[in-house]
Amino acid sequence: MTPPVEELIGVAAVENINPGIDDLIANSARNRQNPPSGDQTMIINMGPQHPSTHGVLRLVIEVDGETIVGLAPDIGYLHTGIEKTCEAKFYQQVVPMTDRIDYLCPMTNNLAYALAVEKLLGLEIPERAQYLRVLFNELTRIQSHLVWLGTHAMDIGALTVFLYCFREREQLLRIFEAVAGQRMMTSYVRVGGLSLEPPRDIYDKIRTFLKEFPAHIDEYEGLLQTNPIWMNRLKGVGYLSPEDAIALGVTGPPLRASGVDFDVRRDMPYSGYEKFQFNVPVSDIGDVWARYIVRMQEFRESVKICLQALDGLPEGRIVADAPKIILPNREQMKTQMESLIHHFKIVTEGFGVPAGEVCSSVEAPHGMMNYYVVSDGTAKPYRVHMRNPGFATLQALETMCKGRLLADVVAVIGSIDIVLGEIDR
Amino acid sequence: MYDPASAIKGKQAVFEAHPENAAVKALAELATDAKFDRAELTITVARESIIAAAKAVQQAGYNFLEDVTAVDWYPSEPRFQITYSILSHRLKERVRLVVRLAGDDASLDSITPVWPSANFYEREVFDLFGVHFGGHPNLRRIMMPEDWKGHPLRKDYPVEGYR
Repeated sequence: MTPPVEELIGVAAVENINPGIDDLIANSARNRQNPPSGDQTMIINMGPQHPSTHGVLRLVIEVDGETIVGLAPDIGYLHTGIEKTCEAKFYQQVVPMTDRIDYLCPMTNNLAYALAVEKLLGLEIPERAQYLRVLFNELTRIQSHLVWLGTHAMDIGALTVFLYCFREREQLLRIFEAVAGQRMMTSYVRVGGLSLEPPRDIYDKIRTFLKEFPAHIDEYEGLLQTNPIWMNRLKGVGYLSPEDAIALGVTGPPLRASGVDFDVRRDMPYSGYEKFQFNVPVSDIGDVWARYIVRMQEFRESVKICLQALDGLPEGRIVADAPKIILPNREQMKTQMESLIHHFKIVTEGFGVPAGEVCSSVEAPHGMMNYYVVSDGTAKPYRVHMRNPGFATLQALETMCKGRLLADVVAVIGSIDIVLGEIDR
Repeated sequence: MYDPASAIKGKQAVFEAHPENAAVKALAELATDAKFDRAELTITVARESIIAAAKAVQQAGYNFLEDVTAVDWYPSEPRFQITYSILSHRLKERVRLVVRLAGDDASLDSITPVWPSANFYEREVFDLFGVHFGGHPNLRRIMMPEDWKGHPLRKDYPVEGYR
């Protein structure tokens, strides 16, 4: 016998798993102002195991027919207490933790943390390290946007694009592996500089990639931009006004797609971004299509920045001149007494950081990423807090989806490009 | 290297050193303490005046609430420091508002009426620190399971948990 429809779509399951969920809907701000139309609505559970939620995002969706009247994200499935763990580690030991927050842009996380600790210490970073940081951050942005484009297109049904995107991403991951020894969890940007001098042949490899990549962007656009299915699924869907975007804490490409012209790289430069010439793509349309266009243009701007970083790459050190904070190289450690002592002290006791609180802010691929680090003067951070773009952007999901069809939720989630690792931390 | 002497501390000293700063102008009345350290402005306000302070800086052009978080200074009192990071897209600078709360009465008003984005941030602080935000539309745990006991980011909560 066929089970009743309610069971097939999971209504009964929702009520059994979590009795608090009715409450969740009833307590949402929207419902108190605008009660649903009586018994006509239905609550549907989406996720946490759902291919289009980009991780373990659970959505409780209230629908009237197929139209969404309410939506509440339920997060925390990936919460591992990284902020708590950081408090028990030395400053230098926190770096590998930051990789794991947003696993699509580890270098950006490393950089944001390193900038915060360097600000606390008052360290001057050599120009060569700054340029390399910019170079690898922009490559990380391309890599992250490739995952976004591939998965977004796959959610909509364009499977081919996914394979092409991952083909290019593979080249970038190989570059990261050559530079940092790891494909994804790079831990490459360290407090005070970088962990290693990149291998000498890597610059040619990056140049080859950057030379070929614009043609690949054309290829993706050729597959998508004039595709009627792609256009129908994206245009006019998930509108977000600039006022709502600001009120709900949206940053990064979704904010710029809503017409707010703000980019941390240009407006509050860090790590030498003021020396680079690039445009900040902005669109005032505010829908999923605009977010797609903005990110596609960001690909090209990132290529520009990478080429400038390669062309202008100065010679010099890749770490700051601070022997009590930065590990000496092996050669010095084995031949010089002082270096051996410094090495021993840094590894066993860490380094003290003057008391204070700072906030570093970077433009991550998904939006603005802040690291708030509080020091009490010891070798372990008193508090590390990450302000991740996805956590705030998720709040705007209801505004973007309300009044639209259930199938549009998939397009909207793809367009805000969330990573659950950074949301749950 | 950082020189601790470069920090400007105290309301009067900061307000004299940065009289043109928009946040300093807006909070002349409400500020109880201030600090200008490592090129970052921190202004402390009283618990009762957080909504008024949020509205004042919003009027002054700080249009974007970036973050709300907390620091637990256990065992010293006042125990909790609630930190609001507010950015201005136009002025291209940020201000940090701080409210200090006693450990036995960790509650203050929610600023969701001023910035709706405070919703998730305050839920996170409530979940992980046990600070209560009055007037919040949906104050419930966000990271930890609903039936979790304790608030993990408090300093008297062991890193490995209680078990």
